[in-house]
Amino acid sequence: MSGVRVLVGTRKGAFILTADGKRRDWKVEGPLFGGWELYHLKGSPADPDRLYASQSTAWFGQQIQRSDDGGRSWKPVGNEFAYDGETGTHQWYDGTPHPWEFARVWHLEPSLSDPDVVYAGVEDAALFRSSDGGQTWQELSGLRGHGSGPHWQPGAGGMCLHTILLDPRDAERMIVAISAAGAFRTEDAGKTWTPANVGLHSEGIPDGDAEVGHCVHHLARHPSRPDVVYMQKHWDVMRSDDGAQTWREVSGNLPTDFGFVIDVHAHEPDTIYVVPIKSDSEHYPIDGHLRVYRSRTGGDDWEELGDGLPERDCYVNVLRDAMAVDTMDDCGIYFGTTGGQVYVSTDAGDRWAPIVHDLPAVLSVEVQTLP
Amino acid sequence: MTDVRVVLPTHLRTLAQVTGEVKVTIGGPDSTQGALLDALEAAYPVLRGAIREHGTLRRRPFVRFFAGEADLSHDPPTTPLPPAVLAGREPFCIVGAMAGG
Repeated sequence: MSGVRVLVGTRKGAFILTADGKRRDWKVEGPLFGGWELYHLKGSPADPDRLYASQSTAWFGQQIQRSDDGGRSWKPVGNEFAYDGETGTHQWYDGTPHPWEFARVWHLEPSLSDPDVVYAGVEDAALFRSSDGGQTWQELSGLRGHGSGPHWQPGAGGMCLHTILLDPRDAERMIVAISAAGAFRTEDAGKTWTPANVGLHSEGIPDGDAEVGHCVHHLARHPSRPDVVYMQKHWDVMRSDDGAQTWREVSGNLPTDFGFVIDVHAHEPDTIYVVPIKSDSEHYPIDGHLRVYRSRTGGDDWEELGDGLPERDCYVNVLRDAMAVDTMDDCGIYFGTTGGQVYVSTDAGDRWAPIVHDLPAVLSVEVQTLP
Repeated sequence: MTDVRVVLPTHLRTLAQVTGEVKVTIGGPDSTQGALLDALEAAYPVLRGAIREHGTLRRRPFVRFFAGEADLSHDPPTTPLPPAVLAGREPFCIVGAMAGG
């Protein structure tokens, strides 16, 4: 392994952070697409030079940018995300029907095997697929049309499809998550979908155990054990051992089980990370101490990790797509904050150091381990 | 055929990889706002969806059209362009609305 490339999306552009395998000395490039919101950038697992980026503003809409040379140059590709067939309605905040309207791409998930295939999770919630490197996009409308769509409601940040988990065993199997509808899974490449929320319990919805309506914040899993899926819900950290068919809570001794990110160590499928946030109305760490929590048992038992992180007066948030892990022998853990810091740990979370201090608010962090 | 001067906002100049004003040629009798935007998007396809929504071709909510100190944003696309724009004395300005922070 020669090094790492960290792709950082922020409120005002993208940044690329690179380092050799020691991950001590960093080169910072950017802003790319300055002034635009970069909700997400991600590289193809099949071709590390192929990168995709979601670039948007409320003023000028959505652009998708593609790089074929590892981020040295970019070109805009297709930006038309047309819902398939009857647009239909979902529920608005006041409970009235509201037509589906495209707002932006929250998440881009390149195929595990084909650099030209990429999925896009969008607001208003839907899943799109491109098989030509992002030039054209087709909705996998079985998700939005599977039956519960008219009952979905937006979360405070909008009704967004923000997580796409591809199954390394079978390209036709996917799990996605939508705020605030919940998780859904498909086994036929997106033609048909099943709600995947059994075992979730949410305060603040009329039926706390409803089939849909849960505000799932993020999902993660280890490629060696695809049926074990971890979830950071609005409140509650959850775990599934059967491919998201059923869930159980593993919040254990966390000081608060509200949060946004969750991720899994690259080489230890039972080692997972969250960043507890005080509450749904106070989106910052408890007592101004920024802390990562690690469980080495797949949940329930958590340890506080704070060496190198702010001890006081820290009132930032860590958003749902803003944590990532590399696959170096000493697994690196990365996360970005709404205060513009990006932190790295090169020893699985024991010690942390900032790579950068003062970027715009960080929306997403992804890392590529370069050959 | 008429060459119309168009001023793009900074973000769209960057996207279209242009500097300063651009010139767009529109056809004789069809000298409307809609024709100008059609021609602009044909010349710079990357602007499709950035000024008007795909499909409906509705002006995006935070985009404004100004010319000759008049706000043309709410004119229907079939509205003829002002004579000063067609004569090249005034540019057609596409502006990002003042909003946000």
